Amino acid sequence: MTTLSRRSLLAGTAGAIAATTLAAPYVRAQAAPIRIGVLHSLSGTMAISETTLRDVMLMLVEEQNKKGGVLGRRIEPVVVDPASNWPLFAERARELISVHRVSAVFGCWTSVSRKSVLPVFEELNNILFYPVQYEGEESSRNIFYTGAAPNQQAIPAVDYLMNEEKVQRWALLGTDYVYPRTTNRILDAYLKSKGVAAEDIFVNYTPFGHSDWQSIVAQVKRFGSAGKKTAVVSTINGDANVPFYKELANQGIKATDIPVVAFSVGEEELAGIDTGPLVGHLAAWNYFMSVDTPENKAFIDTWHKFIRNPRRPTNDPMEAHYIGFNMWVQAVQKAGTPDPDPVIDAMIGVAVPNLTGSIAAMMPNHHITKPVLIGEIQADGQFNVVWQTKGTVVGDEWSDYLEGSKDLIADWRPPMRCGNFNVRTGRCGGQS
Amino acid sequence: MGVLLRLVLCLALLIFAAFIQAPPTRAQQAAEDPVAAIAAASGFDELARAIDRLAVSGHPQALAIVEALRAGTLGQRAADRALLWRDAEGRFRDAATGEVVEGVSPRDVRPIRVNNRVRRSLDAALGALQLASPDPRVRLSAAERVFRARDPEAIPVLEAQIARETDPRIRRAMEWARAAALLASDRDVAAKVEAVATIRTRYDLDARGLLASLRDEPPEVMEAASAAIRAIDRHLALVHAAQDVVFGLSLGSVLLLAAIGLAITFGVMGVINMAHGEMVMLGAYTTFVVQDWIRDNAPHLFDHSLFIALPLAFVVAALAGVLIERTIIRFLYGRPLETLLATFGLSLMLQQAVRVIFGPNNREVGNPSWMSGSIELFELMLTRNRVAIIVFGFAVFFALLLVIRRTRLGLEMRAVTQNRRMAGSMGIRVPWIDSLTFALGSGVAGLAGVALSQIDNVSPNLGQGYIIDSFMVVVFGGVGNLWGTLVAAYTLGIVNKLLEPFAGAVLGKIAVLVLLVLFIQVKPRGLFPLKGRAVEA
Repeated sequence: MTTLSRRSLLAGTAGAIAATTLAAPYVRAQAAPIRIGVLHSLSGTMAISETTLRDVMLMLVEEQNKKGGVLGRRIEPVVVDPASNWPLFAERARELISVHRVSAVFGCWTSVSRKSVLPVFEELNNILFYPVQYEGEESSRNIFYTGAAPNQQAIPAVDYLMNEEKVQRWALLGTDYVYPRTTNRILDAYLKSKGVAAEDIFVNYTPFGHSDWQSIVAQVKRFGSAGKKTAVVSTINGDANVPFYKELANQGIKATDIPVVAFSVGEEELAGIDTGPLVGHLAAWNYFMSVDTPENKAFIDTWHKFIRNPRRPTNDPMEAHYIGFNMWVQAVQKAGTPDPDPVIDAMIGVAVPNLTGSIAAMMPNHHITKPVLIGEIQADGQFNVVWQTKGTVVGDEWSDYLEGSKDLIADWRPPMRCGNFNVRTGRCGGQS
Repeated sequence: MGVLLRLVLCLALLIFAAFIQAPPTRAQQAAEDPVAAIAAASGFDELARAIDRLAVSGHPQALAIVEALRAGTLGQRAADRALLWRDAEGRFRDAATGEVVEGVSPRDVRPIRVNNRVRRSLDAALGALQLASPDPRVRLSAAERVFRARDPEAIPVLEAQIARETDPRIRRAMEWARAAALLASDRDVAAKVEAVATIRTRYDLDARGLLASLRDEPPEVMEAASAAIRAIDRHLALVHAAQDVVFGLSLGSVLLLAAIGLAITFGVMGVINMAHGEMVMLGAYTTFVVQDWIRDNAPHLFDHSLFIALPLAFVVAALAGVLIERTIIRFLYGRPLETLLATFGLSLMLQQAVRVIFGPNNREVGNPSWMSGSIELFELMLTRNRVAIIVFGFAVFFALLLVIRRTRLGLEMRAVTQNRRMAGSMGIRVPWIDSLTFALGSGVAGLAGVALSQIDNVSPNLGQGYIIDSFMVVVFGGVGNLWGTLVAAYTLGIVNKLLEPFAGAVLGKIAVLVLLVLFIQVKPRGLFPLKGRAVEA
C-alpha cells in the first residue's frame, strides 16, 4: 500500500510539473493505465447476445477515457473470448487476473458461466460485474450483480398478470438449465402461496436451441381451454425463442387470448422476427430501449455513433453494464485506488443514475436497486411500457419463497461480511 | 340608478349569459360523446370502456375509429387534443366526422397506445360493427370475434342478423356467438341449457374453454355443460392423437431433408462427413442473401424468393462439396477416422467463416405470405410452413431416387460404390464420379437449408443441431438405402412426437436415443440392410 501511494504521489507531482509545460492529454497518457477485463463470448452459441456487451464495454471505456479516465489514468480494456465454453470461462478469467493484472472484470451471460468463474474470482480476490438477470440464490464478496434478481423481474411480472389480466392458470416454459429451473421453482412456490392450485400450473422444459415447438404450443393451447384465463411465463433462452414465437403466430395464439410474458426476450432477440403477429405479448425488464428519458436518448445516440449503425437496438444487459461501469468508476474514485479490496468495500452505497430516470444504488448484498417495467411488444419490434413499479426495488439474493433460502440474507459490510447469514441459527454458513 | 347597481346588473347578466352559453366541460362532453370519451380517456381501462361505449353508440365513424386504433394510426393532436387518424394516403382525418384535415404535421400528432385490455375491447367492437358487413368473410370473422367477447348487449344485434343471414356457415357462427352471449346474460335456465347445447356443436377448444369457465350457474346448466365438456373431450382426444401424428410427419420430413444428403455422402460413398450440417447452413445463408437482395431490389418478387433460392442453394452447396472432396476427402478414402477428424475441423472452420462474414447474430429469413398461418383440414390444424416442408421433403426424395435409378450418373454412382476397380476397368472415370456424388449429396443438403431456414434460426450454428439427427436417421434406416432413410426419418419423427406430450422434449429425445441404441444392438445394419456380395466387397 505504502509504495503504491508513494508512486501515485510521485506521479501526481510529476504530472503537476509536466502540466505546466505540456498539454494535459499527454500527461494522462504517461500514467500507467488501469486495466479492466471484458469476458464475453465472441464465438459459439452465446455470441449472439454477448458480442453486443463487449461492444458496449468498449464504448463505455472510450467515453470515460474522453473524460480523462479515472484517477487521472487511462482505462485499458482487455478483451478475451471464452467461446461459449463454460470451463474456458474460468481459464480466461484466471488469465485476465494473473497475466493481464486487471483491476475488475465485466462479463458472463449464462448462470453456468458465472458459476464456473466464481471460484477463480474468490481465489484470486478480484471483482466481477455480472450484467444479466439471473435466478438469485447467490451472493459472493467478489461479484456485483447488476442484473435483476427474481424479485426484480419474475415476481412483479406474475403479479402484473394476476392483477391486471386476471390470469389464473400458468404455463411455465423454459430452457433446461439452472436459470429457468430455479426461477420456475420460485414462481411455483410463489403462485402456490397465492392460492393457485397445482393442476393450474404446467411446467415444461426444452433443450437449448429447440426448434420444433409444434406439440408444445398445441399443448399450451389445450392447457388454456380449461375455462380459466391462461398465461405463459417464458424463461426460454437464446435462439429457441424465434421458432417459438413463429409457432405461436402460426397456430394463432394471440396475446389477447393467451399472453406470453418473457424474461429473456429483449429488443435484440426481436430483431430477427417479424413482430406483427406478436403484438401484445409481454416482457419484463428493468430497461427498454423505448423508455423516454434524456439519459436514455444520450446513451442510444452514443451507442449508434460508436457502432456506426443507427438501427442497432439497446437492451437491458447493456444498461446493466452502463450502471456497473459507472459504479466501478465512482468506487475507484472513492477508494482512491483501483485495487480490488478497497474498491469492493467502497462499492456498497455507491449510487449512479440509471437510464430510466431513477437511481441505481449498490446494496450491502451486492445487488442493486432497479425499477421493474412490463412492456408489450409493438409492431416495430420495440416495447411499449404498460406498467411499472412506483419506485425502485431492492434485489433480493435469497428468495423468500424457497425453503432453506428464505432464512438467509447477505450483508458484505463489516462486521457481518457474509453472503449467506442464517437469521434463524444466527450463523454465517448457509442452510445447515 | 346608481353606477353600482348598473354594474351589479351587468355582472349578473354576464354571468347568466356565460352560464347558458358556456361550452360543456370536457367531462360533460365525454359523458355524451363516445369519441370525446376516447380523447379524454386517461389510462387503458378508461380507453377500453370508451371503446365499449363507442361500439354500441351507433356513431357513424365508429368502425373507422376502431380500425384506426387497431392499426395504430389514431393519434391525438398535442395542441387541442383532437383525435385524428391517418388514412392509406397519409392524410389526416378528423375522427368525429371522417373529414380530411389539412395542414397537420405528423410530428404534432401523438399516437394513442393500446394494451391487451384495450385490444380485447377493440376486437369485440370490431365484431359488433362488422356483423352486417356485405363481405361474407368479414361477417364470419366478426361472428367469431363476438363469440369471444361474450357480450350480452350484442344479443339483439345478433338475433337481427341471424334472421337475415343466408349463408348457413355464417349463420351457425352467429348462433354460437349468440349462445355465448346468452350464457353471460341473466336469461332463464331453459335458454341457457339450449345455449350450452348450441355451443357443444362446435366441438373445439374454444367451446370447451367457454363451457369450463361457467361458474355459479343453476345446476341444470352446470350439468349440461359438464356433459358437453365430456363429449367434446372424447372427440378432441381423437383429433389430438391425429394431430400428434401430423406433428411427427412434419418433424420426420425435417429429419428426412437434413439426412437425405448424408444418405448419399455417407450412405452411398461411405464418407463420414461431419461438415454435412454446414452444407445445410450454406443453403440457409444463400436463402438469406437472395431475400436480402430481393428486399432491396425487387420487393414484388418476395413471395417467390424461395424458388429463386433453391437452385442457387443447390449450386453453392454443391460447389462447396466439390471443393471439399477435391482438396481434402479424396486423399482420405478408406480412412474413416481421419475423414471424421478432418471434416469436423472443416465444419468448425466453415462456421467461423460464416460468423466472420455475416456476423454472429441470427439473420432474418422471412416466410413468404403463402407459408404463414395455418389451414384447417378435418379439424386438424396444419401450419402452412410445415405442410410445405412435408411436400418438399417428398419431392426432393423422389427426385433423388429418380436420379439414382434412372440416369447415367446414377448408374455410374452405383457402379463405383459397389466395386471401384471393376467400374474403373469398365471405363468409368472413378474420381470424377466421386466428385459428382459428393456434389450431389452436398447440393441436396443445400436444398434442405432453404427449407430449414423457414422454421429454424439462420445462424452459424444451424448445421450443428442437425448433424447428430442426420447420422441417426441414416444409420437407423440402413446405410446405403434411400428408402431406409425415408422410413427411418418418419419413424423417428412420429415416435418422438408421440413421446413428447408424456415425457417432455428433453426426456422424449433421450428415450428415442435409448430405443435406437437397443435397436442397433439387434439389427446393427439398420432397418433395410444392403444384401449380397456388394456389401462384403
